[in-house]
Amino acid sequence: MKRRLITLRRIIHAGIVNFIRNFSLSVAAIAVMVVTLTIVLFSIITNAAFGNTITQITNKIGVSVYLSNSVSQTQTQNLLHELKSLPNVKTVKYQSQAQVLASYEAQNAGNQNLITGAEEINNPLPATILIQPDNLNYIKNIKSFLTQPNVVKLQSDPPSYSGNQEAAINKITRATDILREIGITTVIVFAIISALIIFNTIQMAIFNRRDEIQIMRLLGATTWYIRGPFVVESMAYGIISGVLSVSIIYFLFVVSSNALGASSLGILDISYANNYFDNHFWILLTMQLVLGIVLGAISSTIATRRYLKFKTK
Amino acid sequence: MILLDRVTKKYPKSEGEALHRITLHVDPKEFVIVIGQSGAGKTTLLRLLTREERPTTGKIIIGGIDYDKLKDSDIPQLRRKIGVVFQDFKLLPNKTVFENIAFALEIVGASNHEIRSTVPKVLNIVNLRGKENNMPRELSGGEQQRVAIARAIVRQPRILVADEPTGNLDPKHAWDIIKILEKINRYGTTVLLTTHNQEIVNKLKRRVVTLQGGKVTSDRARAGYKV
Repeated sequence: MKRRLITLRRIIHAGIVNFIRNFSLSVAAIAVMVVTLTIVLFSIITNAAFGNTITQITNKIGVSVYLSNSVSQTQTQNLLHELKSLPNVKTVKYQSQAQVLASYEAQNAGNQNLITGAEEINNPLPATILIQPDNLNYIKNIKSFLTQPNVVKLQSDPPSYSGNQEAAINKITRATDILREIGITTVIVFAIISALIIFNTIQMAIFNRRDEIQIMRLLGATTWYIRGPFVVESMAYGIISGVLSVSIIYFLFVVSSNALGASSLGILDISYANNYFDNHFWILLTMQLVLGIVLGAISSTIATRRYLKFKTK
Repeated sequence: MILLDRVTKKYPKSEGEALHRITLHVDPKEFVIVIGQSGAGKTTLLRLLTREERPTTGKIIIGGIDYDKLKDSDIPQLRRKIGVVFQDFKLLPNKTVFENIAFALEIVGASNHEIRSTVPKVLNIVNLRGKENNMPRELSGGEQQRVAIARAIVRQPRILVADEPTGNLDPKHAWDIIKILEKINRYGTTVLLTTHNQEIVNKLKRRVVTLQGGKVTSDRARAGYKV
C-alpha cells in the first residue's frame, strides 16, 4: 500500500514536471480544449435562458371563454369540470361577472368614463373562464373542445386566444430549438477536434520520449507508471481549460452585459443568463473541471495505448 | 534457473530463422558467455529472455516462470527480476548518474530513504563514487557502462543479462566491466554475457556457448574463444 502511494506520488510529480517542460507544446491542446469547454458552458447557459424565455411565454398563453348570461350555475360547474379533465390543461379559473368587472375597473383605474359607462349599462361584461395549457402546442386541443356545438351554445362570444400571437410564439420556440440543436452539434464537433488535438500533442510528446519509454519498459515499469504522467499532464490541461472557460463566460455575460447596459440580446435574456451563471457558479465550475479532466484523461489514455503494447507475436 | 527448450525464433519479415531449436540450461550462480559473429542470434536470444520478443516455437522458463503462461501484465514483474546491460548503455540522458540508478528503484516503489541508502552502495561496487551528480554525457564510455551495470544490479536481480557490454569500449575499460561482472557473479548472481571479444573469452575461462546461424554449435565448460 505504502509503495503504491509512493508510486502514485511519483506519477503525479512526473506529470506536473512534464506539463511545465512541455508547456509550449501544450498550448495548442489547451487552446482547443478551452474553445470546446467554453462552447459547452455557453450552450448550457443559453439553453437555460431559452428554456426560461419559453416558460415565461407559455405562462402568458391562455384561452378566455365568455359565458352567456343564461348559463346556469350547474352548467358552469359541469363545463369547468370538463375543462379540468382535458389532457394537458394546467389551470382552469372561473371569474364571475362581478369579478370581471372588478378587474376591468382595476385595469382602467385612470379612466373614470370607462368605469362609469360599464356600471351604468348594468355590467355588460360576461362571466369568464381562463384556461392555461401546459404548453403552447396543446392550445389546439382546447380549441377543438370549445368549438363543439354544445359548448358553443354556452358562450356569449367566441373565445379569445392570447395565443393569437401563436405564430410569433411558435417562431420563437422553433428558433430556440434550432439554436439548441446547433449548440449540441457544435459541442460534439469541438469535443472530437479537441480530443484529436490532445491525441496529437501527447503522441508528439511520446514520440520525443520514445527511447526513454523503451528504457522504462525494459527496466520493468508498468504500463500505468509510464502512462500515468501523460494522463496527469492532460488532466492539467483540463483543469486550466476548465478555469479559463468559466472566466471567458464570466466576461462574456457579466462584463459585456454591464458594459452594454442591456438585459437581452436578440432572444437571449442576458440578465437571466447572468443570474443563472451566478446562482450555479460552483456547479458549473465543477462540471467544467470534471469535463476537462475526463476529456484529457480519455484522450491521453487512448493516445498512449499504441506505444505501450507488448509484442504479442 | 534458465531453461530454453527447442526455441525457434522467426521474424515475420525475414526469410530465415534467427534462432533454430536452441536448447540451453543455465544453473543458478553460473557465468555463461555466449559467443558468435554478428547475426548469429545472440541479441535475439537475450531479447527472448527479457520477453522483448516471443519465441515462434519452444519453451522458456526462467526462475520457475514459464513464459508461455506469462500474461502481458506480468512482464514488468519479470523484468524487475532480470538485470539487463546493453551495448549502447541506454541511460536516461536528462538524469544524473544518481537519478539513473535511482530510477530502477523508483519504478518498483522504493522509498526515498531506501534509494538514498542503496544507490551509494552500488556506486561503490562499480567504482563510481564521486560521479553521482554527473550527467551521462560528461562520462567516458566505460563509466557510462558502469552506470548501466549499477542500474541493472541495484535491485539485486538473480539474473544479469549483458548484451555485448564491452562492444563500444576500449580494451582497458572493457576489462574493467568484465571484472565488475565477475564480482557480481561472485555475490551469487547468474550472469549471461554475449560478446565477440576473443581476448575476454580466453581470459575468463568460463562456460562458452557458441551460436552460429541461429544454432548452438558448441557448449563447452571453461573454454576459450572458438567460432
